[in-house]
Amino acid sequence: MTAIDPTAHLTAEQIEELGRELDAIRDEVIAGRGEKDAAYIRKVISAQRKLELVSRGVLLFSIFPPAWLIGTAGLSVAKIMDNMEIGHNILHGQWDWMRDPKIHSTTWEWDHVSPAEQWKHSHNELHHTYTNVIGKDNDLGYGIMRVDEDQKWHPFHLGQPLWNFLNACFFEYGIAAYDLELGKNLSSERRRKNPEFRERARAVGRKIRKQVLKDYVIHPLLSGPSFLTTLGATFTANLVRNIWSHSVIMCGHFPEGVQVFERRSIKGETRGQWYLRQMMGSANISGSKAMHFMTGNLSHQIEHHLFPDLPSNRYAEVAVKVRALFEKYELEYVSGPLPKQVLSAWSKVFRLSLPNRKSEARTPEREPELLAA
Amino acid sequence: MTSTALRSRAWKLLEMVTTPLLPSDYLDLVSPLRAGADLRGRIEAVRPETADAATVVIRPGRGWRGHTAGQYVRIGVDVDGVRLWRAYSLTSPTDRRDGRVTITVKAIPDGKVSNHLVRRATPGTLIHLDQATGDFVLPRARPAKVLYLTAGSGITPVMGMLRDSGLDDVVLVHSAPRPQDVIFRDELHRMVADGKLRLTEVHSDTDGMLDVTRLEELVPDWAERETWACGPAGLLDAAEKHWSEHGVPERLHTERFRPGVVVAGDGGEVTFSVTGRTADAGGATPLLDVGEQAGVLMPSGCRMGICFGCLTPLKAGAVRDLRTGEITEAEPGVLIQTCVSAAAGPCDIER
Repeated sequence: MTAIDPTAHLTAEQIEELGRELDAIRDEVIAGRGEKDAAYIRKVISAQRKLELVSRGVLLFSIFPPAWLIGTAGLSVAKIMDNMEIGHNILHGQWDWMRDPKIHSTTWEWDHVSPAEQWKHSHNELHHTYTNVIGKDNDLGYGIMRVDEDQKWHPFHLGQPLWNFLNACFFEYGIAAYDLELGKNLSSERRRKNPEFRERARAVGRKIRKQVLKDYVIHPLLSGPSFLTTLGATFTANLVRNIWSHSVIMCGHFPEGVQVFERRSIKGETRGQWYLRQMMGSANISGSKAMHFMTGNLSHQIEHHLFPDLPSNRYAEVAVKVRALFEKYELEYVSGPLPKQVLSAWSKVFRLSLPNRKSEARTPEREPELLAA
Repeated sequence: MTSTALRSRAWKLLEMVTTPLLPSDYLDLVSPLRAGADLRGRIEAVRPETADAATVVIRPGRGWRGHTAGQYVRIGVDVDGVRLWRAYSLTSPTDRRDGRVTITVKAIPDGKVSNHLVRRATPGTLIHLDQATGDFVLPRARPAKVLYLTAGSGITPVMGMLRDSGLDDVVLVHSAPRPQDVIFRDELHRMVADGKLRLTEVHSDTDGMLDVTRLEELVPDWAERETWACGPAGLLDAAEKHWSEHGVPERLHTERFRPGVVVAGDGGEVTFSVTGRTADAGGATPLLDVGEQAGVLMPSGCRMGICFGCLTPLKAGAVRDLRTGEITEAEPGVLIQTCVSAAAGPCDIER
């Protein structure tokens, strides 16, 4: 938490007015959702499937280096599309309004080792409700890292640059472990034996088995003489996808300038205050249309956190209006190009691996005001 | 190993190749109408019949099992990106050589799907289909004398029958506001000229509404005829009364298009149909709270409409989105977020 509260200049009335203005933006998009949006997601899904098919087809001949390169690149992009613009957003219910049972948050499954059902709980419910609240939002360092001065330092954190790097490489497994709350649930005999936890762990096991079988056994076997090169290609594609998603997601809440909140500060939070927390707790990535697409529009993380259920293709237009509100209310809109934001997040990871002075003593200054509201 | 067992093994293997998707997800990209796919159809033409009615020619997928004259089909059409399902009578003969089927749709005021099909649908569009269904059909043993009593778009299932079966003695009494509003008018008159049909047109703009008591005069032997009637509820109610009063209710077969219209109100009785509980709900109380207070185990999540963890099927009635005021009516497959939806009149929640 920064020493100076960047929202201190706002009165309770202003915060509620801000909330109403944001609601109006949301209503406008909802009223305008239609055929073009539906066509967009269908087109993306169809393109992703075709790209994956073609790439896997090319990898059957991956014994030839050019085929390996093309196939691996294509498969990496297909996997990124599946996870980011398609999976993440459908699982948020962004496309439920189409009433298409095949493109629906209750039926979608993604190319990821964490089953959609479990991810929806930890991400949609816990992370999006308690965004950046220390102790409530596990995304804040995923339970293995210290990403804010106010978090207690422990010698374990000395290794966090390494943990973070490993987490990036095997990000989907990190997410699965995170969705299972593995650290907490393995900590005691009682928790380990909890039938509900065991059932969820079995579900993850089944999903991992299927994913591994597909990527590392069946497709390599289908490739015959290209067995090893296909296996290597799939491993590389998974690695690329994992590092990419990890980088994008780090940019969402970790860069400098992003605020975190105390557990007490969200008690009795109003809608306006909730919106304000999303605004101050998220950061964007600036860049081209292609960049927005490849991040699943999570480059518009601020807009996504304000309106997690609006179709992703609308975030760009929403961003213009949201940014105007940031200016109007004199708030900092944290945004920057990907390399800068990634660097910023990583430098925080390094910096906070060491203890900082008086971390326990610092009190959040926005709190009295939020409580008073 | 039998060939079916072999095929299911092969399919299992294919599922491992495509996991987490299904092989059909990929096959649908190239061949959405193939055998074994979810039943779909492709619109091949839309032909205007009157100013506000059109016939839609559909090529059904390979899984289509055909229909019997007089039956209807439910179709799922994407209107403004939202899939909506409606039932329409099949108007094509059952032995059409090219395998196509037709439905004939009259645009009703504010009807989302009917207006879309009549005015905006374009050839090439994929739609979703159920198999044909309905018992508004002729019996296998054809009756000697038949009367069809129809009004407005009620002519559509009857047209399917007229085009299909060569009955000897058929009378049609059909009512429409004006001559130009009579769907299939030219074809009906050709049938009359060919001696296949006796037709009485009632034009309600000039003749007044069709009064079933006038049948004595229009079709003196009506009571001896096996009758199929289709049209607005008022006409059908009157017909049922009339046939009963004359002691021949078993000769009358009716088809009602719209079983009931949901009127969105403010609050109402909520039925949780799985647990069998009911509760009175105010128009401002989220259905999640209503269910929990009634002791129903409700799925829940963020409780503020963002996580979609509380999605529950709405089986009947209507609900209001507490954030936007938007009304959602029950339709097959409609799920609602109970944490931000309140009862807009009586409704049925599958819990």
